[in-house]
Amino acid sequence: MKSFFKKALIIGAISIAPTAFAVDMTGAGATFPYPIYAKWAEAFKAKTGSNLNYQSIGSSGGIKQIKAKTVDFGATDNPVSFEELEKDGMVQFPAIIGGVVPVINVDGVKPGEIKLDGPTLADIFQGLISDWGDKRIAIMNPGVKIPSGSITVVTRADGSGTTAIFTDYLAKTSKLFKDSVGSGANVKWPAASTVGGKGNEGVAANVTRVKNSIGYVEYAFAKKNKMTFISLKNKDGNFVAPDDSTFAAAAAGTDWAKIPGMGTFITNASGAKSWPISGASFILLYKNPENKANAAEVIKFFDFAFKDGKKMAEELDYVPMPDSTTDFIRKNVFTKVITK
Amino acid sequence: MNNTSNINKALFAKRKRDNKIGLTLSMGAMVLGMIFLLWILSVLVIKGFSALDLSLFINSTPAPGSEGGGLANAIVGSILLVGCCTLISTPIGVLAGLYLSEYGDRSRVASVTRFVTDIMLSAPSIVIGLFVYAFVVAQVRHFSGWAGTIALALIAVPVVVRTTENMLRLVPGSLREAAYALGTPKWKVAFKVTLRAAQSGVMTGILLALARISGETAPLLFTALNNQFFSTNMNAPMANLPVVIFQFAMSPYDNWVELAWGGALLITFAVLGLNILARVVFREKVQG
Amino acid sequence: MIDTTQSHSMPTSQALSIAKLQRVQDFLFHGITQFFALSVLIALTGIIISLLINAWPALSKFGIGFFFSQEWDIVNGEFGGLIAIYGTVVTSVIALLIAVPLSFGIAVFLTELCPGSLRRPLGTAVELLAAVPSIIYGMFGLFVFAPLFAEYIQPALAATLGQVPGLGILFSGAFNGIGVLCAGLILAMMILPFIASVMRDVFEIVPPVLKESAYGIGCTTWEVVKNVVLPYTKAGVIGGVMLGLGRALGETMAVTFVIGNAHRLSASLFSPGTSIASTLANEFGEAEAGNHLSSLYALGLALFIITFVVLSCAKLMLNNMEKKQGLKT
Repeated sequence: MKSFFKKALIIGAISIAPTAFAVDMTGAGATFPYPIYAKWAEAFKAKTGSNLNYQSIGSSGGIKQIKAKTVDFGATDNPVSFEELEKDGMVQFPAIIGGVVPVINVDGVKPGEIKLDGPTLADIFQGLISDWGDKRIAIMNPGVKIPSGSITVVTRADGSGTTAIFTDYLAKTSKLFKDSVGSGANVKWPAASTVGGKGNEGVAANVTRVKNSIGYVEYAFAKKNKMTFISLKNKDGNFVAPDDSTFAAAAAGTDWAKIPGMGTFITNASGAKSWPISGASFILLYKNPENKANAAEVIKFFDFAFKDGKKMAEELDYVPMPDSTTDFIRKNVFTKVITK
Repeated sequence: MNNTSNINKALFAKRKRDNKIGLTLSMGAMVLGMIFLLWILSVLVIKGFSALDLSLFINSTPAPGSEGGGLANAIVGSILLVGCCTLISTPIGVLAGLYLSEYGDRSRVASVTRFVTDIMLSAPSIVIGLFVYAFVVAQVRHFSGWAGTIALALIAVPVVVRTTENMLRLVPGSLREAAYALGTPKWKVAFKVTLRAAQSGVMTGILLALARISGETAPLLFTALNNQFFSTNMNAPMANLPVVIFQFAMSPYDNWVELAWGGALLITFAVLGLNILARVVFREKVQG
Repeated sequence: MIDTTQSHSMPTSQALSIAKLQRVQDFLFHGITQFFALSVLIALTGIIISLLINAWPALSKFGIGFFFSQEWDIVNGEFGGLIAIYGTVVTSVIALLIAVPLSFGIAVFLTELCPGSLRRPLGTAVELLAAVPSIIYGMFGLFVFAPLFAEYIQPALAATLGQVPGLGILFSGAFNGIGVLCAGLILAMMILPFIASVMRDVFEIVPPVLKESAYGIGCTTWEVVKNVVLPYTKAGVIGGVMLGLGRALGETMAVTFVIGNAHRLSASLFSPGTSIASTLANEFGEAEAGNHLSSLYALGLALFIITFVVLSCAKLMLNNMEKKQGLKT
């Protein structure tokens, strides 16, 4: 009886042992990588018992909350400049790569059927092309039956890194867009019929619900909800459809190690198969955090994600950071964070 | 004779017609109003019912893209937040109501307080959320269940104060005077006589406040934030039903939307149940 | 013989010390309850002060013109409150235009027309519906009402009222179902039970003798309502309407779901817009300290002041009603 009791105690102790050292971390920011961070967090919890509570409130929200020190790390697709990082005493590293995809809700059109290029897309989002029956769309899509209808443009209502990546692409390919709208996490969308959604989720939800609408979301959201996406003409002149191979092709040429602060856009990348609106999502950490135990756990989390999270990322059509980059991050970024 | 009866007839006919029109319109308004409200409730029940199963109460909120899942962490979080809020706001509200009813007849402070309480009753709850963010969250540098509780308390206290005061005023003065005549000090009269006589009314007020804060979303948006895991740590972001519903409803994932409807149904049941309970309690007092 | 000396057996010193203790207890009781009563006052003052302090940078930079400016440029730090204020006001006005007549009809029905047995259950039903959380209305609006609105009602409105010159511009634009008009309609559904139950309460306190004397000289029910009940309860009705207005102005959830969240000012009611509460809900979590955050606080302050004024007027009117009834002096 006594030995049974002892065994039960030991088993009980072992089962709560992971939770005894479990840490509750909070992160907030971009909705772009939310699906993969949430998957990684589930796996991390199963392995170590630590909870990574990630709130997807948009990239600008992530930047604000980490600056206000109300969270352990911030996540943003809109990279912070090296000067600002130094000023605030933070480090930044890319955690995952994905792609922003224009999605539409037009009767009878299949995913990838409609082909567009940067300038035409920019014109639609500026409201210069306001009907699906417009000639400029038809010219690029001979033989495709597109019913006419007033276009409703769905954008982000909150400050968004996804917007930053998308508008960076539009500004790079259309001078008109660059001059009149510009790029950034928040822009003034000029189209008369513009609806704002909160987070990538809100944009996806609005596009699925509003007929004849067009919006932009991270690919995981489009894929999961079987939305109709648009094929785009990349810098090399080829029409490509979004998936992790075209995102990886776009990221292939980037030497992350050379960029101070590791923050950059990879839109309109050259490469035959590159998806033109690819982007990375970044993590912000303080060099000297207030809660050192949590910061250590956050580093452990991303170390785990880089090592064991690759398959999960590929299943969701994200591109995991290449080993050379993650080694660089471990040696040069993680080490800058004081965790003791 | 004919002339007057003609005028009378025409005027009478017109009046009768106006009456009929007016009352038909009223009936129509009632029917239209009831149609809208029954429509909303039936949509809620139909869509929410499919989400009501055991997993709703056992599993925590699922990650985006994951199947299944439930609302366990949000339900427990909401119960914790509302429960703590009630624990805080009941003493504050009842004592304040006591002040207003026992000392409030001639005091200028009391009439201003009463006025302010009524204003706070209908104040926009999102502004209260802003205030608590600036006052609590930004100062301690993290979101917490306590901040959410404080925001909810700012909404609940005026409800409790007002109903407590009204109920206490209904207690006949003769009861109080009989107690004073026995030499009882004022505080004892208040607690052991007046409050006890009005207790079901006061409970009604507390239940109504509970019902009110159970459905509030805006004050929790920047205070308790949200938590995708099961947690009972009030010092950290706390999952709660209204914010989860807000997040899930606007999302494109089917299981999230279904969970949102399930959560909405739960909240509505809770709020309506509390309201009905409040009425039953109050009626018992009046009849019993 | 009853021994009456027993009742005076307590020594005076003991009686005195008990009395002193009771004096202290009463003093504490007064103090503590007064403190808690004042806490509500303190909270309100705290809210106003906190809002003012945080809104001050924006107000001092943009001046009073802030409330009239259409700008909302987060990138360049130029902000103005006009779009949000416009959205708040327009949705509330639409809600009132629809809810007030309907509530009036419901209140008249409940007090005059309803058969006695149905009166309590229907009245309770209306009051319970006033308690339904607003997020439900938002979800109903987004999932059920908006698609129907886009499919049937918007085209119908555009075909009929949209053709009227002058009014037409109000009903122009794409039929996407979400927008200012939809938000106004959902708000109307939300404040309908609330205003109806206040009106019903106010109608019920009309002294029966007034109504019966009117019936006695042969008035129809409608005439009694129009000429006796309404004038008597005028202040209460207006107070109830303003209470409803106060709730509509401050409503967040029901509006955020369906208003479209677009920072634009358009003459058309079909176009998406934003209200103060939904701007706060959408942007507060991410506004960085500086002009953006401060402008949001300024909007919050504006909303608080507007609702404060509306609710104060409502309260004063309702107080007048109660004074008339003799409940207050």
